[in-house]
Amino acid sequence: MTAPITTAAVPPAGAVFPKKHYLNDGTTIRSWLLTHDHKRIAILYLVAVIIALFLGGVFAMVIRLELLTPGPTIIEALTYNRMFTLHGLVMIFMFMIPVIPAVFGNFFLPIMLGAKDVAFPKWNLTSWYVYIFGSALMLWGLITGGADTGWTFYTPYSTTTTTNIAPVMLGVFIIGFSSILTGLNFIVTIHTLRAPGVTWFKMPLFIWAVYATSIIQVLATPVLGLTTLLVAAEHTFGFGFFDPARGGDPILFQHLFWFYSHPAVYIMVLPSMGVISEVICAVARKNIFGYKMIAMSSLGIAFVGFFAWGHHLFTSGQSAFDAGAFAAISMLVGVFTAIKVFNWVGTLYKGAIAFTAPFAYVCGFLFFLVFGGMTGVALATVSLDVHWQDTYFVVAHFHFIMVGAVIMGFLAALHYWFPKMFGRKYPENWALLAAGLIVLGFNATFIPQFLLGNAGMPRRYYEYPERFTALNVASTAGASLLAFGFVIIAIYLAIALRYGEVAGRNPWGSRGYEWDVPSPPPTENFDKVPVFTRGPHEYHDIPEDLAKVGHAS
Amino acid sequence: MNEFMRRMLFLPDQASTFALDVDHLHYFVISVTMVASLAVGLTAIAFFWKYRRRRENQATPFISPTAGFEVLAISVPLAFFLLWFAMGFRDFVKLSSPPPDAMDVYVMGKQWMWKFAYPEGPNSLGVLHVPANRPVRMLITSRDVIHSVFIPAFRVKMDALPGRYTEVWFTATKTGRFQILCTEYCGAQHSKMWGEVVVMTPEAFDDWLKEQQRGLVTRQDLLADETQVTPQGSLAQWGKQVAVAQGCLRCHNVDTTAPSTGPSWVDLYQQRTKLTDGREIIADEAYLTESMMEPTVKVVAGYQPVMPNYQGKLSGPDAAAIVEFIKSLRSDRTVPVTAGEEQ
Repeated sequence: MTAPITTAAVPPAGAVFPKKHYLNDGTTIRSWLLTHDHKRIAILYLVAVIIALFLGGVFAMVIRLELLTPGPTIIEALTYNRMFTLHGLVMIFMFMIPVIPAVFGNFFLPIMLGAKDVAFPKWNLTSWYVYIFGSALMLWGLITGGADTGWTFYTPYSTTTTTNIAPVMLGVFIIGFSSILTGLNFIVTIHTLRAPGVTWFKMPLFIWAVYATSIIQVLATPVLGLTTLLVAAEHTFGFGFFDPARGGDPILFQHLFWFYSHPAVYIMVLPSMGVISEVICAVARKNIFGYKMIAMSSLGIAFVGFFAWGHHLFTSGQSAFDAGAFAAISMLVGVFTAIKVFNWVGTLYKGAIAFTAPFAYVCGFLFFLVFGGMTGVALATVSLDVHWQDTYFVVAHFHFIMVGAVIMGFLAALHYWFPKMFGRKYPENWALLAAGLIVLGFNATFIPQFLLGNAGMPRRYYEYPERFTALNVASTAGASLLAFGFVIIAIYLAIALRYGEVAGRNPWGSRGYEWDVPSPPPTENFDKVPVFTRGPHEYHDIPEDLAKVGHAS
Repeated sequence: MNEFMRRMLFLPDQASTFALDVDHLHYFVISVTMVASLAVGLTAIAFFWKYRRRRENQATPFISPTAGFEVLAISVPLAFFLLWFAMGFRDFVKLSSPPPDAMDVYVMGKQWMWKFAYPEGPNSLGVLHVPANRPVRMLITSRDVIHSVFIPAFRVKMDALPGRYTEVWFTATKTGRFQILCTEYCGAQHSKMWGEVVVMTPEAFDDWLKEQQRGLVTRQDLLADETQVTPQGSLAQWGKQVAVAQGCLRCHNVDTTAPSTGPSWVDLYQQRTKLTDGREIIADEAYLTESMMEPTVKVVAGYQPVMPNYQGKLSGPDAAAIVEFIKSLRSDRTVPVTAGEEQ
């Protein structure tokens, strides 16, 4: 009864670090770069996405500093236009799309299914190289060619800009293949490599979310590839696909682009939702409320997400009927998301909640998702969108979903699974402090941007009328707070990697399947094929000593 | 209450008939959003307080939702969303259906300025004069990349697309000056592509218009960029000149409704027209422009698809002038166009 409520479950005294695990199974650089182990590939991805997050963050800070004053502040207009292009492309294609599926999906999907690896381990490594090559090409193109089109590449601006965009488009095209390979690999793994006992409805909810995401990746990404090739061809060789002067149609580009890029939002946010389903059960020690509702709503979002793209085109001259149809369909995404939110909150009911950093991020996630999601519904309300379209309101809305929800999911996952991945615990007090700073910083950065949008400030503005100054200063101040929070996390996690307290097999007392293997797991995950007799989110019937539950180590 | 909410949400002036409708829906939607997100947040905190962990390895009851909860979780948000959709769509339909008596203004975006032209002749760069309390329809196009006309105080916005006309309308309710901003990223000076709407009393506007028509010739000399200026008095007159120069009148009659190689232009505007593929369309501005840019897409029944493509040959303003010329051709009144006669 007197146990402190702000700390995680304490591991059994004398938890020992396993002698052999995936991290020390080969220590040469070659053993990392040529590995087929899904866990090592996950770490390769983790390193890459953290670099991408750092780069994207630096670009974001340059943008916010420039917007501190109405006139030119630190950079020129052209540099500013390149900065938001860099920020968007790096954050979306190099960070947010791979971050959860390719890092945590790769690491935990086979373990949660009771498999030794994904279905195609060599593809898995290939997808990392494809991602690195595509990213390098894209970055090289952005830096040397100076693309200034924004990440949306709207034609005919992108096809007539004097900057060199072909390498950027090719880079995005190539990264797309990595996304498709990962998605296909996961789909096959989920269908074929489930251990005895793991039926479809006994899969952890994270798997359901990754499954829905993979379907979108496989189906939507080819359209993006096609579109980027068309733009590159038009820019380089002068085809007229999107040029009205040669019988092309600039709006065709917008339809193709958003046919991918709207579902891409769910590629980014669905895995985060999966993480939250896992974490909320573990921190509340409670079965998930409405397992099937959450699992099916992931598929629902994946399906409906394909038919909502037209809500990006309300002011592009599409017919009122089309606008209405796309608006109505977009509302359904909101309903599926609401189902998830109610079920997550329901999970806390009669639980046993510990206020740890992962729980702090769950709370942040819930707030950002509900506010960001409902402002999305507001934006889909056609007449309101006319005022908000292409203003900072849209910027704030999608940052609430992408930065708010996705980064909350990423940080929740990183903290929750850190002990499993590296075998050590992070310092809880520092983590709570950083979580507080980050949630506060996000709000301080983006709530002023909602108001800027209301006031009528368009996005992608290098200079702005003086009346918008105060809100811009507030937003920049919030961004600084946010950056500070990330610096703290980077420092304590780096220290914990080496000096953190040994975590033991199951420091959270979680019932998730992945906690049955040692921390860090051995290269083969399991000595023999495991059999799962319980559900992944069940806390009503707990063995006396949870820490002893597990497979042979 | 309205004023309080408007200030809380940093919304600009409400200077058109749409502004109040849009803002009221805005207050409704945003209030529910705030209440819902706070409710979720507070419930989570309350649950944390009530159900905080009491001991290690604590077991919890297995609870799953009842059918009633599931129905509620789906139907309550759905009801709100559909209600908002219905209200928003109703207003949007209004926004995209200009009244027939609306005054027309041609708007052209180019990197990085706005040009406004009135059918009666005057045109201007950057500053749009409109009368208060009279519906004004903007027919919008672009000369280069995509731009977007945004007048925050009117709560209207519409993209300017090269090779196409889009339309949006408003009725200004307050006199004064209101900012126009470009909201579709269009390059280095995107953030400086500003203009201004000057809303005048209807009487002052009529006086202004007369003044402008008188001063047209001198104003032409003042503007260095001649392509920005209508060479002749009215857009329709200019349109006739363009039509002659481009050879349009070799195939289209303008003095009789009789067909020639192509359909007659007399009474064509707003006519219900049957196409070769059986569809029926109304010959509005969008259709007329499309027929110049991509003439073989919608061919009038009974004609051959022989018209050449004028995409790239006709500038945005030229196309607008021809449309105005066609609109001026009514069999029930004498054709007003006399200037620039060459044939």
